[in-house]
Amino acid sequence: MWKFFHQLASPPHFYRLAATLIPWLAVPGVLLIAYGAYAGLFLVSADYQQGDAFRIIYVHVPSAYLSMMAYMMMAVGGGIGLIWRMKLAHAVGAAAAPLGAAFTFLALVTGSIWGRPMWGTWWEWGDPRMTSELILLFLYFGYMALRSSIDDTAKADKASAVLALVGVVNVVIVHFSVEWWSSLHQGQTVFKKGTMDADMRIPLFAMLIGFSLIFGAMLVSRLRTEVLFRERRTRWVRELVLSPEGGK
Amino acid sequence: MSAIKAGQPGILAGLLAITRRDLLLAWKRPGDVLNPLFFFAMVCTLFPLAVGPSAEQLTFSGPGVLWVAALLSTLLSLNSLFMSDHEDGSLDQLLVSPQPLPVLALGKTLAHWLISGFPLVLISPLLAITYRMPSDIMGVLMLTLLLGTISLSLLGSIGAALTVGLHRGTALLSLLILPLAMPVLLLGANTVSLAAGNDIYSTGIWALGAYAVGSISLAPYATAAALRISNE
Repeated sequence: MWKFFHQLASPPHFYRLAATLIPWLAVPGVLLIAYGAYAGLFLVSADYQQGDAFRIIYVHVPSAYLSMMAYMMMAVGGGIGLIWRMKLAHAVGAAAAPLGAAFTFLALVTGSIWGRPMWGTWWEWGDPRMTSELILLFLYFGYMALRSSIDDTAKADKASAVLALVGVVNVVIVHFSVEWWSSLHQGQTVFKKGTMDADMRIPLFAMLIGFSLIFGAMLVSRLRTEVLFRERRTRWVRELVLSPEGGK
Repeated sequence: MSAIKAGQPGILAGLLAITRRDLLLAWKRPGDVLNPLFFFAMVCTLFPLAVGPSAEQLTFSGPGVLWVAALLSTLLSLNSLFMSDHEDGSLDQLLVSPQPLPVLALGKTLAHWLISGFPLVLISPLLAITYRMPSDIMGVLMLTLLLGTISLSLLGSIGAALTVGLHRGTALLSLLILPLAMPVLLLGANTVSLAAGNDIYSTGIWALGAYAVGSISLAPYATAAALRISNE
């Protein structure tokens, strides 16, 4: 068991393992998304209240879920990197940040498109989830900006890990403060979702798992590049690049 | 780093010494104190010029404007929190001193708040009068600003410590701190608005107080960690 973790932390071993892992994540991910998208768009009957507009949840919910998941990964990775000095954990944060920002953006855009027919507005400042999601996007930007402005990788890793950990505390506070605020500003009748029907829910689960798998595949492939870049001065990378297969 | 030995000044003495030093430095360079204050007053002046002098609108937007101005002015002064110490090497001395670094960071932040945050609290009623805010909410305004600027200084010290020694410091610092500062702004400005509308506002005061207490207890540790990372 411990040997496995030890090997995982070794860059050359991770680099090889990741290459075999990617298809195992990507292929089921694509299949599940294909099924989920088809079922969600064509098989599931329209909602009695929201009509066809509700179908956007099949993209919106997985994106929102991953936007938070990626931030947690950044923070946990940063914490592990700071405490146990595991370099690969820092690399996870570096690889996850742009993906997380992309999914946050996707969640915001799809939420906004959904909000237009549902609430009659593209943007509603009084909704806690929308506002905290926007703040989350800014936190991602800050994290990436801090990372890119420190040239020394080891220093950038640690500094951004501190920021990610401070940010995690903040995301919770943001959520509650906006909730308090919006409970004062009466107005928006945020529709309450009733219990979802099973044939509505199954495609959603398929999309959730599919999105997560694709996210995993993209993360692992970004991590490979990150590892290669960080280890660019070591012998194994040199040997790998000069080998006949050329770094496959 | 070594622990405090017998005969050396204690933790409280260290905290007070660094605070006194920073206050003295600020006293010798009054511009550092006055510039953020002028900035605060200027932003508050620009707003009525931009949206028009209608009394109704000013009373309504006053709390928000004062709070945004306070946030921006705190941000402006944060950049220099560790800058000069980093440049002249005294920051390295702080890092190797036997005093615990979080306490020193707290001392520096306390001085920063006394220089930049506290004066804002004192002049805020003056600006609030020009916004025709009712005089009976001045107390609430000052209390929220008092609690809020403490939190902002402490949060900002984390960002200042992370960006110390970086060339593109100022813009980056804003990008790091503004999302973190958002709950303070939201609570502060809306508590004052509630008080102005004769609503129950105590929740906001308690929440701001909790935020201030939380940041006093936790932020110095993050600041200390960030200072160590930035000065490796």
